[in-house]
Amino acid sequence: MSTLDRRGFIKAAGGLAAALGAGVGVGACATAVGRASPGRVVVIGGGFGGATAAKYLKKWEPRLEVTLIERNQNFVSCPISNLVLAGVKQIEDITLAYDGLAKYGVRLVRDEAVAIDVDKREVRLAKGDPLPWDRLIVAPGIDFLYEQIPGLNNAEAQQQVLHSWKAGAQTVALRKRLEDLPDGGVFAISIPKAPYRCPPGPYERASVIAHYFKQHKPRAKVLILDGNPDITSKKALFLQAWEERYKGIIEYRANSVLQDFDVRSKEARLEFESVRADLFNVIPPQRSGRIAAPLANVGGRWAGVDFRTFESTAVPGVHVIGDATASAPGMPKSGFMANNHAKVAADAVIASLTGLEPNPTPIIANTCYSFVSDRDVVHVASVHKFDTQENTLLPVKGAGGLSAVANDLEGKFALAWARNIWADALT
Amino acid sequence: MPIPARAFAALVAAATLVCAFPAQAEPGHRQVRVWAAACAACHGTDGHAQAGMTSLAGRSADELFTLLIEFKRDVRPATVMHQHAKGYTDDELKRLAQWFAAQSKR
Repeated sequence: MSTLDRRGFIKAAGGLAAALGAGVGVGACATAVGRASPGRVVVIGGGFGGATAAKYLKKWEPRLEVTLIERNQNFVSCPISNLVLAGVKQIEDITLAYDGLAKYGVRLVRDEAVAIDVDKREVRLAKGDPLPWDRLIVAPGIDFLYEQIPGLNNAEAQQQVLHSWKAGAQTVALRKRLEDLPDGGVFAISIPKAPYRCPPGPYERASVIAHYFKQHKPRAKVLILDGNPDITSKKALFLQAWEERYKGIIEYRANSVLQDFDVRSKEARLEFESVRADLFNVIPPQRSGRIAAPLANVGGRWAGVDFRTFESTAVPGVHVIGDATASAPGMPKSGFMANNHAKVAADAVIASLTGLEPNPTPIIANTCYSFVSDRDVVHVASVHKFDTQENTLLPVKGAGGLSAVANDLEGKFALAWARNIWADALT
Repeated sequence: MPIPARAFAALVAAATLVCAFPAQAEPGHRQVRVWAAACAACHGTDGHAQAGMTSLAGRSADELFTLLIEFKRDVRPATVMHQHAKGYTDDELKRLAQWFAAQSKR
């Protein structure tokens, strides 16, 4: 059955249901005739969002044909990767296989999506044949805007100055450089202007590296060059941790937007000054993954979506989830949120392919844990409910909040959270 | 457009036959299923938790609802659940409790 025929059939069946006054029930099962699949869904990207979406699509509607495209051999978690930089965890601890998705019937295509053909409704791959879809879920995460830092806008410079903002080889490489840094050396971390992936992540990174220095290189320093006017997340909790634990080790400078970088002299060019350090970690400004370019209709960087369904506001039939979306008010770009986006999108995709109405009131949530040492953690939590007047997901007033103070009980919960969300996405 | 009665009856019969579809298509069930899926990020898929977190699947609905209400009213101390529970109406919490109670224990 061709795509058009299939869709036409669903539409006709839905019309019949309405004509019979039988409501959504008939539409729901119209495609059950002969156990035919209600449709083909392609998911681009097997991160926190995409892997979860692929799993839940098959879990909730086993008759769907679900294909997940992933270019990396393994899933490497950004959450907990700062503990690898600090020497508390190893890269193996945050690396997981994709094998677990097979038992749900997810077809895993190990290839790279290179273009979305909106007219033909297919995804073009680097190696394999194009993949046609009835519904597409795009979960590419972020790409970096190196063009905003001319001195780093080439592959060689990017090998010398690491971002380590996508976990994997760069995590291991930066850990090695931190080990090689002499006692008394200065490690500088550059934070881009918001929005960027994982708002508290850079401050967590600074904290746990300061913890490592305190234990092993007590004269080394951490210099935070923040492109934002202030700490963007958990400000009071981070400031308290730095005051109590890392006084004289961490120095924080607000409004330090990186304008350029000189790789030879290891100099960061800010608006009014240049800053030198022995080891730089530059987290560049970000946009949605480039594969999502046809969908990036918000500032040319992020993909606008209808937050009831995560369907793109640029291209019907295509859903975007995770960091690549233009975030709703008060919604962070986090693995937790991507996981929750995935489930709302999966339900909406199933509904659309089986003739059901989308869920009118999604409620999703977020808890971001940040380590401030090898074991003590602070969190920020929020609940986001669809507001029919504002037509978006909004934080529920009076809900959510922060830790009172960094504590080791939440350190245990943070690691348990990681085990649970990894399993929820991949097994 | 008028439909001949016999054809109409056949259509209804066909629709009914085909519609041996599990309860999961029911809108209310789908709605709470997606709400509950948000909890899985910490409490595991369908409330079957990995080590170090509390499982929710197959526990008594009354017990779960009481816990959630106590978190919401700040009666029961918590690290984060008091902040999450406040994001839901009492009725939503009740439906979540019932949904997790209906999941089989492992």
